[in-house]
Amino acid sequence: MSDTKKFLLDGKPVVFQDGQTILEAARQAGHYIPHLCWHPDFPAHGSCKLCIVKVGGRHVSSCAMPAKEGMEVESNTPEMNGERRALLQMLFVEGNHFCPSCEKSGNCQLQALAYDLEMLSAHFNHFYPNRPVDASHPDVLLDFNRCIFCELCVRASRDIDGKNIFALTDRGIHKHLVVNAESGRLADTDFAASDRAANICPVGVILHKRQGFARPIGERDYDAKPISVVAMEEVEK
Amino acid sequence: MEPIANSLDAVLEAVLSKRRRDPTQLLQILREVQEQVGYIPPPALTAIAAALKLPRARVEGVAGFYSFLHLQPVGKYRVLFSDNATDRLLGNLDLLGTMCQKLWVEQGKVSEDGLVSVDVTSCTGMCDQGPALLVNGRPITRLTHQRVNEICELIRSRRPLSLWPQEYFRVEDNIRRKDDLLNTVLEPGAALAAAMALGPEAWLGEVQKSSLRGRGGAGFTTGVKWEACRNAPGEERVIVCNADEGEPGTFKDRVLLTSYPDHVFEGMTLAAYATGARQGFLYLRGEYRYLLEPLEAALQRRREAGLLGQGIRGQAGFDFDIEIHLGAGAYVCGEETALIESLEGKRGTPRIRPPFPVIKGYLGRPTVVNNVETLAKTVLIALEGAERFAAVGTAQSTGTKLLSISGDCAFPGIYEYPFGVSIEQILEDCGATDVQAVQVGGASGTCLASYEFHRGIAYEDVPTAGSFMIFDTSRDLFEVARNFVHFFAHESCGFCTPCRVGTSLLQNFMDKLATGHGAKYDLADIEWINRLLKAASHCGLGLAAANPVVETLIKFRPAYERRLQSLDFAPAFDLDQSLAEARRMTGRDDADAHLSSVEAHR
Repeated sequence: MSDTKKFLLDGKPVVFQDGQTILEAARQAGHYIPHLCWHPDFPAHGSCKLCIVKVGGRHVSSCAMPAKEGMEVESNTPEMNGERRALLQMLFVEGNHFCPSCEKSGNCQLQALAYDLEMLSAHFNHFYPNRPVDASHPDVLLDFNRCIFCELCVRASRDIDGKNIFALTDRGIHKHLVVNAESGRLADTDFAASDRAANICPVGVILHKRQGFARPIGERDYDAKPISVVAMEEVEK
Repeated sequence: MEPIANSLDAVLEAVLSKRRRDPTQLLQILREVQEQVGYIPPPALTAIAAALKLPRARVEGVAGFYSFLHLQPVGKYRVLFSDNATDRLLGNLDLLGTMCQKLWVEQGKVSEDGLVSVDVTSCTGMCDQGPALLVNGRPITRLTHQRVNEICELIRSRRPLSLWPQEYFRVEDNIRRKDDLLNTVLEPGAALAAAMALGPEAWLGEVQKSSLRGRGGAGFTTGVKWEACRNAPGEERVIVCNADEGEPGTFKDRVLLTSYPDHVFEGMTLAAYATGARQGFLYLRGEYRYLLEPLEAALQRRREAGLLGQGIRGQAGFDFDIEIHLGAGAYVCGEETALIESLEGKRGTPRIRPPFPVIKGYLGRPTVVNNVETLAKTVLIALEGAERFAAVGTAQSTGTKLLSISGDCAFPGIYEYPFGVSIEQILEDCGATDVQAVQVGGASGTCLASYEFHRGIAYEDVPTAGSFMIFDTSRDLFEVARNFVHFFAHESCGFCTPCRVGTSLLQNFMDKLATGHGAKYDLADIEWINRLLKAASHCGLGLAAANPVVETLIKFRPAYERRLQSLDFAPAFDLDQSLAEARRMTGRDDADAHLSSVEAHR
């Protein structure tokens, strides 16, 4: 068909439909662009900036930028991956991420991306913020130390569960999640372990109690294959 | 603005019904409750959320976003020293230290008797009459040690603000040079009459012919913006005047709103006439709260004169009115999409663009957001015509520009110049000698060294929203840059990773250099963070946050290098310093108790 629209992703043609973003079209065509706050079930959020690509020499967020005929997009290049690695390092130093002891280890998108982009150190100085955990809820534990502010729980609870359990408060480096109760405790909300919001965290903030380390090393999401492969297999399913 | 001992329920009910229990009024409701109660206690958040049918967490999220809203009890007197680089030149920190000492209070904490808190805040727009502070939201200018002592006495004796000497609260216009705009005396309605004689299309054509560009910094062509809004699909259109004048060192909008409010409101009405908008907002920064009542009075006069409301100037169908929304201490709300979010009663987080506000703005309606000065300038175009307007300035930058001049000069204040005026000329006019550098355009602007003073103020040369801060050769430009970096870290909304983390990392690097622990390695990291901020930031704040450092690093590198401990690597963690407690406990401070001697032995 001569009227199909295409753009070039790292030199390879990618077919897209009007209204698709660069990331959506690339993903449909089987090309992985790293991302953390983007999720296929939600509109683009654009906060993590892991999906940055270069279009005509300018940086854009590929999750939010509509694809256009003839665009030349650079994504899987040493330059872009270097910048993504630095953004990952920023996410690691602003929170408290102790991967070896984390229940989400092996199933964590942040950790998996750091492996895939060969992040070998945190590079920057750690902030070591004081973020108390909330273990009040009978079925779910909130460990805010690992939050990357993707707002997927905020969006899922609001748009799918219709409960508005989570929101962000404060700003800048002090920004943090709050729950919908005057006490500030998750137990005092109507949050349930079956909520979509309870099952969407890409990192290890929202954890189901009594299920820690359920899958042994070797069988976890990202043990055998890197996130760039696993994420594309999910598209095919 | 004195806290009144009303019952919380009565206060809430009064504020909520006045604001029609409208969720878009959330920020205004929070602000008004706090004005009466002193702070916003947790039960108030719960009650407000219930009344507005909003999730409580979202209300808490909004309240937590704005610097001037307090969720914990605060002092009966809340003192905030303006902490712009120009306030620093005038010794604000010394005055703050004195006040803390006299009042026996630690900076940033509430005194034990709950009487007073003393802290710093971002530039309050009083740079030409600093050092300045806000006490319970009201500005006090021209601070001296004597005045600070007097203020401490008034606080200690718990004198209500209304009984403080009115002289303290005097804010001067300090207009030093008038040109086309400031010389124009506007008979309210005259500019509207001229535009209405043309009809909306021809009036819009006139604005386009004038090549007027936005005075808020970005320099987008006003006529193009208006036309896009006019042509955008939708029934309701909105005009927003951006009076969130937060760029450090800028105070021209304050002067326009103080002494030329009719120019501004008439400009908004002219924009409404061109676009067909029926709804208008003035978004006034929280620091200018004291201007609210005079501005409301000006709006009321215009309503009574038939210049606002239904059937403006007797023309059926020309309906437009203006509502004033107050900010509450958030620089990022000067960004137009963050401003719109704030107008809707939300956290001031910039939106993804496109769609641009002219297509989808306030509540999804086509919205024009213009700077105060831009709107005032449209009055000139209506009165004197586009040709006359465009004859002034340069081809790409027509008309005049208001500059807010502060720092090391004899005559700080407002200067109106035709575009194209050279930095040299300005420095001569304001009585600045021995100048080392000029920061044009505020913290996010550009730092010019003396070899660049031949350059001119224009969109095509040195663009500026109006801030013009002068630093003489006695000043340390590293400290100036450090002040700006702290400003950006404080004002980052925290939405995107590079800005949220990058501005704080940058702040830590600058502090490390300031304490003498920096190394060349850190300078390389600063440049790397700058690159990430430029590449990946969501909005202009992050994009510009490293500018002050990068520019001074290029132009005034010795100011950095003389601080470096070694030209190679030095860790941020100071091992010797961390042993200080052990030395104190063992009562030792001899050479062998320090790491340097251990290293020397090796």
